[in-house]
Amino acid sequence: MNILYFLIGCSVLLALIFLAAFFWAHRQGQHDDLYTPSLRILLDDEDEPPQEK
Amino acid sequence: MSRSTVLESITCYHCGDDCKAEGHVIEEKHFCCNGCKSVYLVLSKNHLCSYYTYNDHPGITNEGTNKRFDYLSDPTIISELIDYTDNQKTIVTFYIPHIHCSSCLWLLEQLNKINTAIHYCRVDFLKKQLNIRFDHRDLSLQQLVELLTNIGYEPLISLQDVIKKQNSVKDNLVQKIAVAGFCFGNVMLLSFPEYFGISVYEQSFRHFFGWLNILFCLPVVFYSGNGYFISAWQNLRKKILNIDFPLALGIGVLFIRTVAEILSHNGAGFADTLCGLVFFLLVGKFVQKKTYHHISFERDYRSFFPVAVQVLENKVEINIPLSQLHTGHRILIRHNEIIPADAILLKGEAMIDFSFVTGEAIPVNKTLGEIIYAGGRQTGEAIEMEVIKPVSQSYLTQLWNNEAFTRKQDNRLQTFNERVSKYFTFILLIIAFSSLLFWLPGDLERGLASFTAVLIVACPCALALSTPFTMSAALGIFDRNKFYLKNTAVVEQMAAINAIVLDKTGTITNGNNNKIALEANLTEEQKQLIYSACINSGHPLSRMIYCYLGVQDRLEVSHYTEIPGKGILAKIKTFTLCIGNEKFVTGCEVKPAPTTRVHLLINEEYLGYFSFLQYYRDGLNKITDLKNEYQLHLLSGDQDHELEALLPFFNNKDHMHFNQSPQQKLDFIKTLQSSDKQVMMIGDGLNDSGALKQSDLGIAVTDNVNNFSPGCDAILDGSSFDKLPAFLRFSKDTVEIIHFSFLISLVYNLIGLSYAVTGNLSPLTAAILMPVSTVTIISFTSLATHLAAKNRKLI
Repeated sequence: MNILYFLIGCSVLLALIFLAAFFWAHRQGQHDDLYTPSLRILLDDEDEPPQEK
Repeated sequence: MSRSTVLESITCYHCGDDCKAEGHVIEEKHFCCNGCKSVYLVLSKNHLCSYYTYNDHPGITNEGTNKRFDYLSDPTIISELIDYTDNQKTIVTFYIPHIHCSSCLWLLEQLNKINTAIHYCRVDFLKKQLNIRFDHRDLSLQQLVELLTNIGYEPLISLQDVIKKQNSVKDNLVQKIAVAGFCFGNVMLLSFPEYFGISVYEQSFRHFFGWLNILFCLPVVFYSGNGYFISAWQNLRKKILNIDFPLALGIGVLFIRTVAEILSHNGAGFADTLCGLVFFLLVGKFVQKKTYHHISFERDYRSFFPVAVQVLENKVEINIPLSQLHTGHRILIRHNEIIPADAILLKGEAMIDFSFVTGEAIPVNKTLGEIIYAGGRQTGEAIEMEVIKPVSQSYLTQLWNNEAFTRKQDNRLQTFNERVSKYFTFILLIIAFSSLLFWLPGDLERGLASFTAVLIVACPCALALSTPFTMSAALGIFDRNKFYLKNTAVVEQMAAINAIVLDKTGTITNGNNNKIALEANLTEEQKQLIYSACINSGHPLSRMIYCYLGVQDRLEVSHYTEIPGKGILAKIKTFTLCIGNEKFVTGCEVKPAPTTRVHLLINEEYLGYFSFLQYYRDGLNKITDLKNEYQLHLLSGDQDHELEALLPFFNNKDHMHFNQSPQQKLDFIKTLQSSDKQVMMIGDGLNDSGALKQSDLGIAVTDNVNNFSPGCDAILDGSSFDKLPAFLRFSKDTVEIIHFSFLISLVYNLIGLSYAVTGNLSPLTAAILMPVSTVTIISFTSLATHLAAKNRKLI
């Protein structure tokens, strides 16, 4: 059963990685604006203007 | 006739308003005015017409906005507005009230197609903010603002940028919750073996899990939970026992006992209860904090006034920041600009729109030499004025020197939570110490065990959560009904109100929606004549008249003069029209009429007049029906000529006060308060600011929440005005729900205490009791609030 030490270590480490990822995302400002991206995704990419084709 | 029916259905391609004037047609698209047309031209030139495909009529009417942004070349002003600059690029964030749909988002993020000096633009939709990074060597800030204005997105520039400040207040609440949640999950997992039993052979695991639990508790107590210790300590020094004290005590005792038990191999400790407690408490805190990013509740006069003023010095115009304006300056106020300080009119025809100040939308004519108070907006030609009082000493702004604005809000009611937690803490401590003393003579260990157990189990987690969850649910309901509260404490404040004071103009009347009545018998031809004359005028009364007359064939006007403040003279075919005030039309001075009137004269024949009746908001009678439960007052800055019309609503002349200056309004609220009234003030204009601030609950009524509204506790959208009685009743329901959930949490506490005083509190009991009580409270409050709202027909 000593494998449990290893397994628990792994699970805590994994959880810590996710926590760190969350902190990173939060500090990056990814949670500052949770609404606008949902609108942005609905907008189509513009067709290239004819003269640039 | 067929043409006129076609005309009716034509709306502006840009803004969707009805096209009243003709001649603004490009590529078979109709526009209501030159402004809208020019926006379209700018966009089509830059291949940005997809703007119109995402939404119908995404624009705002661009009529009559020809603002000047010269002041944006002043370095001191620029440095206050921008976020960052170096020798190439500048970053600036604008607040743009018009952002409202996906077209706005799309267009504003395509700005670099219009000007390549703009490198980056990002819209924050909810905050209505636009963040722009641009090369200031190719594009100045002024040009940027002009560009935005040209496409119909005029940023709102104010040096007192409260919204920015408000949003920049940051605590690490989200991070704290993340840490607490992370530890809570792990500790729960590690505690299960203990609850289900560990065999004798696996004792080493028990120690390992115990140590890990202590490790997880450390960040929970010292990072996530430190706010409770700090707040408890600060309040203790101020000799206040608030709810944070028993919470901090609970957290502290939990931690110490957990560490002691694990280190002495005496038991498993309460690590999971501890982490769960902190986690739920923080979630409660998070829920309570509702922010409206686009609404500011803390405005003062500076947000209403322009950033800079044009001053004439030796006949040369210079822009100076408002703060440097002082007495004796000769200022130039153009069309649509706001007068920043009390000043004497020296030159020009002044038509002042005091809608900011009083809510009254019909402009007032002022004569030369007259003092014009700050806050009015000039409509018409440019005027020159001499400043006679500094900005902060003006008739209106001196209100802000009143103590009501400097004093901290300590006259507010204590919340239920604050009142209860005082007693709660005392009783808790008494029980804890008496159980300690009870066991102490024989059994020190058991005494300590029961002492700590009492503090743990009675930790008012459910109590601390009942208010935030109920209030946030209530705030959500209000929000849905377009009633925006500053914070959760306002709900309780509202339930305690027993006197209501209403402002008149703009609050119970609706400035833009006057009723117009025609007191004359006009033939179709005469209507057509009047329509054709009035459509040439930009005066709001003229506009109301031609809107009232409906779409008519427009006749050619051969001669047209508009005399500001008086009326219109026009010649159409063989007819001479004279439309205007009584003195102008009839030539004789008459006593003031009860309503605003526009008289009509065609070919020297007096036909009658249009009268503009004030239009009261729907639901005024519902509010005045409250007069049995609440003391109801009307407070108006106007003359009392509407007394008769309003008397049926208020029933009591003593409760209707006219001719009140802003200062008098404030003082009136004070007098009411000194007779033990909890006063709710409902107002709209800047002149109500003092009263709003002084009152126990100030509500600003506005027809557009993105518009300016004075500093207040709550903002009510004009369309929800009739729901106010329901709001009041609902706030009372909410407080009752809080009381009831308090009772529930007490029951849980009693159950826990009965275990605790014997000193036999097992970690499992605590670990079950705490989450169960929390879940009960949360679900009860949310459900009950929802039901109450349904009962009051708010959802």
